[in-house]
Amino acid sequence: MIPTRRKLPRVGDGPIIRRVLIGTTLFFGAILVLAPLIVIAVEAFGQGVKAYAATIAHPDTRHAIFMTVATALIAVPVNTAFGLAAAWAITKFDFWGRRALLVVIEIPFSISPIVAGVAYLFVYGLQGLFGPMLEAADIKILFALPGIVLASMFVTAPFVARELIPLMQAQGRDLEEAATSLGASGWRTFFSVTLPNVKWALLYGVVLCNARVMGEFGAVSVVSGNIRGQTNTLPLHIELLYHDYQAAGAFAAASILATLAVVTIIAKVALERRGAGRRPALAAATNEPKAGNRP
Amino acid sequence: MKRNVLPGLPLSLGITLFYVALIVVLPLAALVVKAASLGPAEYWAIVSSPRAVASYRVTVLSALVATAFNLVFGLALAWVLVRYRFPGRRIIDAIVDLPFALPTAVAGIALTTLFASNGWFGALLAPFGIKVAYTPLGIMVAMCFTSLPFIVRTVQPVLEDLDPALEEAAQSLGGSDSAIFVRVILPLLIPALLAGLSLSFARSLGEFGAIIFIAGNQPMETEITALLAFIRLEEYDYQAAAAIASVLLITAFLMLAATNLLQARALRYTARS
Amino acid sequence: MKIRLDQVVKTFDTFRAVHGVSLEIESGQLVALLGPSGSGKTTILRMVAGLEYADGGHIYFGDQDATDIPVRDRGVGFVFQHYALFPHMTLAENIAFGMKVSKTKRSKTEIATRVLELLRLVKLEGLGDRFPGQISGGQRQRVALARALAVDPKVLLLDEPFGALDANVRRDLRRWLREIHDELGITTLFVTHDQEEALDLADRVVILDQGRVVQEGTPAEVCREPNSAFVMRFLGDANRITATVRDGRAYIGETVMDAPSSSDGPIDIYLRPGDIDWRPDGNGIPATIVRVLDRPGGRRVLANVEGGTALEFDVPPETDVRSGQLGRLQIKRSRLYPA
Repeated sequence: MIPTRRKLPRVGDGPIIRRVLIGTTLFFGAILVLAPLIVIAVEAFGQGVKAYAATIAHPDTRHAIFMTVATALIAVPVNTAFGLAAAWAITKFDFWGRRALLVVIEIPFSISPIVAGVAYLFVYGLQGLFGPMLEAADIKILFALPGIVLASMFVTAPFVARELIPLMQAQGRDLEEAATSLGASGWRTFFSVTLPNVKWALLYGVVLCNARVMGEFGAVSVVSGNIRGQTNTLPLHIELLYHDYQAAGAFAAASILATLAVVTIIAKVALERRGAGRRPALAAATNEPKAGNRP
Repeated sequence: MKRNVLPGLPLSLGITLFYVALIVVLPLAALVVKAASLGPAEYWAIVSSPRAVASYRVTVLSALVATAFNLVFGLALAWVLVRYRFPGRRIIDAIVDLPFALPTAVAGIALTTLFASNGWFGALLAPFGIKVAYTPLGIMVAMCFTSLPFIVRTVQPVLEDLDPALEEAAQSLGGSDSAIFVRVILPLLIPALLAGLSLSFARSLGEFGAIIFIAGNQPMETEITALLAFIRLEEYDYQAAAAIASVLLITAFLMLAATNLLQARALRYTARS
Repeated sequence: MKIRLDQVVKTFDTFRAVHGVSLEIESGQLVALLGPSGSGKTTILRMVAGLEYADGGHIYFGDQDATDIPVRDRGVGFVFQHYALFPHMTLAENIAFGMKVSKTKRSKTEIATRVLELLRLVKLEGLGDRFPGQISGGQRQRVALARALAVDPKVLLLDEPFGALDANVRRDLRRWLREIHDELGITTLFVTHDQEEALDLADRVVILDQGRVVQEGTPAEVCREPNSAFVMRFLGDANRITATVRDGRAYIGETVMDAPSSSDGPIDIYLRPGDIDWRPDGNGIPATIVRVLDRPGGRRVLANVEGGTALEFDVPPETDVRSGQLGRLQIKRSRLYPA
């Protein structure tokens, strides 16, 4: 007789509860997540491939794409450099105010992008701190690319740092100290010891940062001034077309960003397979503490 | 303080502080200064105007509903992804992040099209007299979408790392499935749920892009606070914009503080004596 | 409660973890399942608990067939290897858990009284409000035991109960567990890979290898009469000498010893370090001392006999032995197993 294998049922393994839960989550998941993706594709090509191509080829759309790419090309590398510097300072050294700095870096994550946009207005706008000064020097920050870049940098400031810090914290300082004791310079240590160990997490942060920069709407819409063909990024261009009753055009432009989103997710999954993005469980303490700990 | 062997503190910390000061602190300080320049009476008049109060109500209520939905749905989704094996699980796991990756404006027009009265879902709901687009319901749908991943992604790793022996121990002590879920599993998920909950709620309060398309934006009814700040700007009423934006800012900070407190309380059992 | 296993089988995927194991554990006994890792001992314990289902065979509790009774209704107390205390509950809440979720309703005061009683039993009075993260490994072990006892189990099962503890804590807890067992008289089955632990603590020892019972008996029986070379080696240090048997006599090089019950052919002779006597000259197997290791209770000598076989034996602390010395070995006791 070949023995039949029975596994001990765990909590929630009953066939009814299992089916109900899978069914319900799939249903809502399809409505909430999958349907928007499909409707973008359907609407974008609703008036034929020709209309789609025409929207994409339109100078305004092309300029919006240019603006979006240009913003990302500046904001993402700068944020990456910042993320690396912040992670190095916070994880490799103890200094006064370290925890406070961590909190401040995370602030943009919990603040409405509209607040960010409005705040930037009061720094560089005519009513703001430096506005009159900049006006006098004939430097244009708001309603131009620099303003868009700055607002994007605010919104995505934590993205790279928050991927690197937990990982570098967990890795500790031993490797760097060993490299230094063997006579390696600081930069040498960073490039040949630290960076190789965090490269996937870094790339992961960069991918997410890029997706957010290219898709940012609220903050950018405040500081860009919405000048068609001049200061519109792709998301702003979508809004413009949509409110101009050019839904097909809006969806055509949206399909570019939706493709970017799908590519981002694929990259994310690929990087997660290499160990990136797996943040140490928030409550590591939920697991039984290791035996042998002192009282 | 321990002396450090490693080089690079002045440079890395210098860059970090400069960047944080310029990009994060300076603008927020400018906003606070602007709002503070109003004077208490004037500030109060702006932030307590009926239109502003109506915007808080619709924003907070919608955010509460959306967060409550995501609490249940996010927990269920995390559970399904961790505990069950079924075809398509990995794909579902991946597309949970779509709301993070999809620009909010794109999500906004897509949801509006789906839920407009002639849209795929809107048309299904219309016969029952349910209107979603251009009503507070639409705001909730948009908030549900944009904050969906938070609870899933905070609960999932904790659920994955949950020691199976804890459940076995509870079973060997005679616990029924529901007792084990309520008394053992759920309490261990609470810190993660709280973290996800506050992120989700904060995101809903501040969301702009996805909502303005679907909301209808009627003052006193479907106008969210972020939009009101934006409208004041377009009207060149900078002081009112600053005041209303400062309300959003303060709320965000209070949320952060409350979350940290709650989490510390929920995790008090990890404190060593 | 008497436990009986009848031809129990367990397979994981393609790996057969337990092959037709039959066992009888008398009521009130303290029994050790002893074996190297992968011997199936934990799987057997988990099947007795109902944490795994047997793929074949039966498990009886008394006269009742318990094979298919789910763990929550089986009435066993299980102490997990890493204790599996609920980290978000105080020690008192951990101990009370089983009583609170039980189908038999108990009043709050009844539960509280029982918790205090159990805390006293495991010598943790006054620590009821602590969380598991705040106490030592040995204390957690005792809480886990109290929690398992709280539901008045018919059978107590412990998986490597002292595996995660320091050596000295381990020894204390071992004595203490024996005392508790003698006080409560509950049928207890525990798993260990540490022969000293099994022999110190258990009334009977079940020795397992590769999913099969190789020997079962009291500590004295398995120590004095190991029924196989495996048991001989597993229970402690053992020397092996190869020899040949002809006509009831074993020939080790030039030395001859009686082997009345062995059939002709090659044979392995096993000797404990204490089974060998050393003398500088006279009769016996010639040997050269290679190294001397000093230990608190005596001296361990490593020596080579002719043919290159290495042997270890113990001499009293005052014996004068040095490496390089030549001498003779006499065999006091030995066990012979076919090669």
